Amino acid sequence: MDQFRGNALSWEISAGVIELALHREPCNEIGSLALEELEKFADALDNMARQAHALIIHSTVKAGFCAGADLRELYHRSHEMEKARAVAGVRDFLERIHRVLNTIDAAPLTTIAAVHGVTFGGGFELALVCDLIIADKMARFCFPELRLGLIPGFGGIPRLKRDLGNGVVRDLLLTGRSFNATRAHAVGLVSQVVGEGEVLRAARAMALQLGKFDRRTAIAAKKFIKAIPHHELKQEIDLFCRLFVEPAVEAGLRKFVESTELQPYLP
Amino acid sequence: MTTEEQTLNEILNLAAQHFKVPREKLKPDEDFFKTLNIDSLQALDLLTRLENHFRVEMPDYELQGVTDFRTLASRIQARL
Repeated sequence: MDQFRGNALSWEISAGVIELALHREPCNEIGSLALEELEKFADALDNMARQAHALIIHSTVKAGFCAGADLRELYHRSHEMEKARAVAGVRDFLERIHRVLNTIDAAPLTTIAAVHGVTFGGGFELALVCDLIIADKMARFCFPELRLGLIPGFGGIPRLKRDLGNGVVRDLLLTGRSFNATRAHAVGLVSQVVGEGEVLRAARAMALQLGKFDRRTAIAAKKFIKAIPHHELKQEIDLFCRLFVEPAVEAGLRKFVESTELQPYLP
Repeated sequence: MTTEEQTLNEILNLAAQHFKVPREKLKPDEDFFKTLNIDSLQALDLLTRLENHFRVEMPDYELQGVTDFRTLASRIQARL
C-alpha cells in the first residue's frame, strides 16, 4: 500500500521518499485508532522500502508533533476493569506499539523525524526511533510520565540512553521537565534546529541529499551504528506493567483526565 | 543590564504580538491564562517563545503556579 489516508495518519511515496503525516487533533495522541493505523504502516513499510531511500515522519497538527499516549482512552478503558485484565490490555497495547516502533527503528532506509511544538511522551518516543531528528525552533521535548506514577512505555528510556549521556536521560526522566529545541540540539538529540514552520522543508532537503548515496551502504552503516536495545525494551514493558497496578497511577490518570484546569500539560 | 521592568515589558509585547491581543489590555498582575485565553499547550508555546527571545532555559517546574506576567518576568530575570 503506497498510499493511505486514515483518521489518525496518512502516508505516500514520492521520488523515493515516504512521508508519514500525523493528522489527528488535538495533538496526535496515540490510542487504539492511531495504533491500528501505525500497524498498517509498519506492515506496508517493508514493501515501500524497496522503492524508497528515506522516510519522513511529521505532523500537520498545529499544536505539535505528538503529545504521546491517549491518556483519556487509557483511563476510560482501564479504570473500571479488574486490575489483571487492565494490565493485560496495557501489555498487549505496549507489545503492539513496540513491534511498530522496532520496525521503523530497523527499517532499511534512513528515517527522519521532523518535529515541531509538543513532542511529549510517546510522541518523543516515536521521534527517537528515527535515525535523525530535525526540530522546529518551537519544538519542546518531555517525558512527563513520572507525573502519572509511570515510566515512558514506548521504548523511551532505552532509546534515549542509546543516543545520549545518562545524565541527560536522568534529567529528562526524573524531573519531568521539558527541553526546548536549542537545548535538545546542544545535548545532541536533534541534528538541526530550523526556523518556525520550516521543519518539513528542511527534512525534504535532507531526504534529497540522502538519495545521492548508495543505498546498500547507507543501510549497512545504519545497521552498524544503530542497534536496537531489545532486552531493555522488554524490561521496560515489564516495569511499566508492574507500575501500572499502583494506586498512584489511577489517581494520576484520573487527575489528568478529569481536570478542568487550564494547565494539565504543565508540571 | 536588563531590568526586571524591561523584561516585563518585553514579555507583554511578545505576548500581545503573538496572541494578537492589544498591548494595552495586558496588565502585569493579571492572570495571563485568562487575559490571553490560552490553555496549557499554548502556555508551553509562550514559554518556548520567551526562552528563545531571552536566550534562557526555564525549567517548566519553576513556573508551577505562576499565572501573572510580573512573577513570570521575575523568574526569567533570575536567569538572565
